[in-house]
Amino acid sequence: METFTNLTSQLSILEFSYLVASILFILGLKKLSHPATARSGNLWAAAGMGAAILFTILFHKTNVQLADGTYESKGIHNIGWIVVALAIGSFVGWYASVKVKMTAMPQMVSIFNGMGGACAALISLMEFPKMQNHFASLDASHMLNGEGIAILLGLMIGGVSFAGSMIAFGKLDGRIGDIKHPVLRIVNLTFLVVMLVALVLILFMKPQTDNNLPIYLFAVAALVYGVTFVMPIGGADMPVVISLLNSFTGVAAAMGGFLYGNQAMLTGGILVGSSGTILTILMCNAMNRSLLNVIIGAFGVAGAGGTEAADKTVKEISLSDASILLSYSQKIFIVPGYGLAVAQAQHLCHELDNLLTSKGVEVKYAIHPVAGRMPGHMNVLLAEADVPYEKLVEMEDANNEMNNTDVVIVIGANDVVNPAAEDDPSSPIYGMPIIKALDAKNIIVMKRSMAAGYAAIPNNLFYHPKNRMLFGDAKATLQKLVAEIKSL
Amino acid sequence: MEEVFKFFLEYKEMIFIITLSVFLGIEVISHVPAVLHTPLMSGSNAIHGVVIIGAIIVMGHAENTLSLIFGFVAVILGTLNVVGGFVVTDRMLEMFKKKKN
Repeated sequence: METFTNLTSQLSILEFSYLVASILFILGLKKLSHPATARSGNLWAAAGMGAAILFTILFHKTNVQLADGTYESKGIHNIGWIVVALAIGSFVGWYASVKVKMTAMPQMVSIFNGMGGACAALISLMEFPKMQNHFASLDASHMLNGEGIAILLGLMIGGVSFAGSMIAFGKLDGRIGDIKHPVLRIVNLTFLVVMLVALVLILFMKPQTDNNLPIYLFAVAALVYGVTFVMPIGGADMPVVISLLNSFTGVAAAMGGFLYGNQAMLTGGILVGSSGTILTILMCNAMNRSLLNVIIGAFGVAGAGGTEAADKTVKEISLSDASILLSYSQKIFIVPGYGLAVAQAQHLCHELDNLLTSKGVEVKYAIHPVAGRMPGHMNVLLAEADVPYEKLVEMEDANNEMNNTDVVIVIGANDVVNPAAEDDPSSPIYGMPIIKALDAKNIIVMKRSMAAGYAAIPNNLFYHPKNRMLFGDAKATLQKLVAEIKSL
Repeated sequence: MEEVFKFFLEYKEMIFIITLSVFLGIEVISHVPAVLHTPLMSGSNAIHGVVIIGAIIVMGHAENTLSLIFGFVAVILGTLNVVGGFVVTDRMLEMFKKKKN
């Protein structure tokens, strides 16, 4: 294959593979946004990625200046080590993704996003000294050029994305609490301005050989900013934050593409950057909030909202009453929440559903767009338990059917059925669309205790005359309920 | 001002690609149903793992041990992003498919 040893043909094959990769990324994203084609879309994008990686290793060339001033085109070295690194990363990544529980999926996505951000930041950290030494040898007066801007932005955005993703992971996993203080807002804003000023100052710095302290300090600052950026945002808003950081990492990757003149990195990164931003806004819309509102962290800010419910009483329902009520109903809606998933009770929930359906009861699931820990997360969790797709009803359609529903069973959900979102302007979730459980004839709330939901807002639904509580762990309670209904 | 014009001319192709890609990204996912938000986020998360190409380039042209080590770490992190991202997304979507049968 003599043609493949020719420099021009190798480079054109490489660029052609980047073109194919870019097309596959675009088609992959397009297919990912339709339920029927989503899975193949993911595979298409993966194929594009594989091709881009393979051809980069085989055919990438860099011009290296020789001692006599002429340039020589050099291919990729250290291929052995690169393959080892690829193998380690592939194994760990594959193993972690196969082993992770579906409930912990948001945390996993957050970690992977952070890895991408760290990768982009490391690239910048290695390229900056090279660029500075090059300019120093030319005796340039500053480093203000496309390369310099791309390196510094890549470092800043990648660093913020890495540190922010790790904090988001910690919050979702319940390892890190929220630190909410109004001062933090001012600190963050100041920090951002300082970082941008530092970026400009470094660009205007006179390049000196091996003067790398400024860039290291800049990297540390980006990491600290990533932490303080995510810290005040409430745990319930982490999905939005992950989506935002996801688009950040996209932009950081695109900076690398700009630096190397690499079209695959450029298109891939920018596509994720822009589609990620739109996705973030769509998620905010689903909660009827603005992105700014999320970032500033209005959710559950100390002292905010919710009427006190301290001296009100709740009514309990016994298992036998509950089983009779359910068995003789015509139409039931199940409102699942994260509590259901945490208790791993999806399968039991499906069993209850089958049992009641066999008795002629119409059972459906009302899915709030942000039920679970991420939009669409609940659909994934119920799909895992083989609940048929037709039974999952989106919020708006479910609300239209509530008037002729006999019982709404709320399992491990709280904020998504909180009427304060509709009638209490002082509540932090005021304006968020909810599932209107109160429109149904009866409500049963299955809950471990009277503790507040993830957003820490009191819920008046629990005290409503229509509602009765069935306390206990979702899994154990469902088990008993199924047994009770069977024995009827 | 002249610097800006020069900058634009020097990088005009990339500026074109960036601008068009922004619109493309918005257009491509603008009608996604809420059900697919999580898989889509996860899938696009995998796509920005394309940053690994940069890591391979850095490592492939590393001239000293330090940059070789940094590059090694960067390639591992990038691979985690790519492989983990695509596998997790596939696992999620596999569940959507099951119920069709």
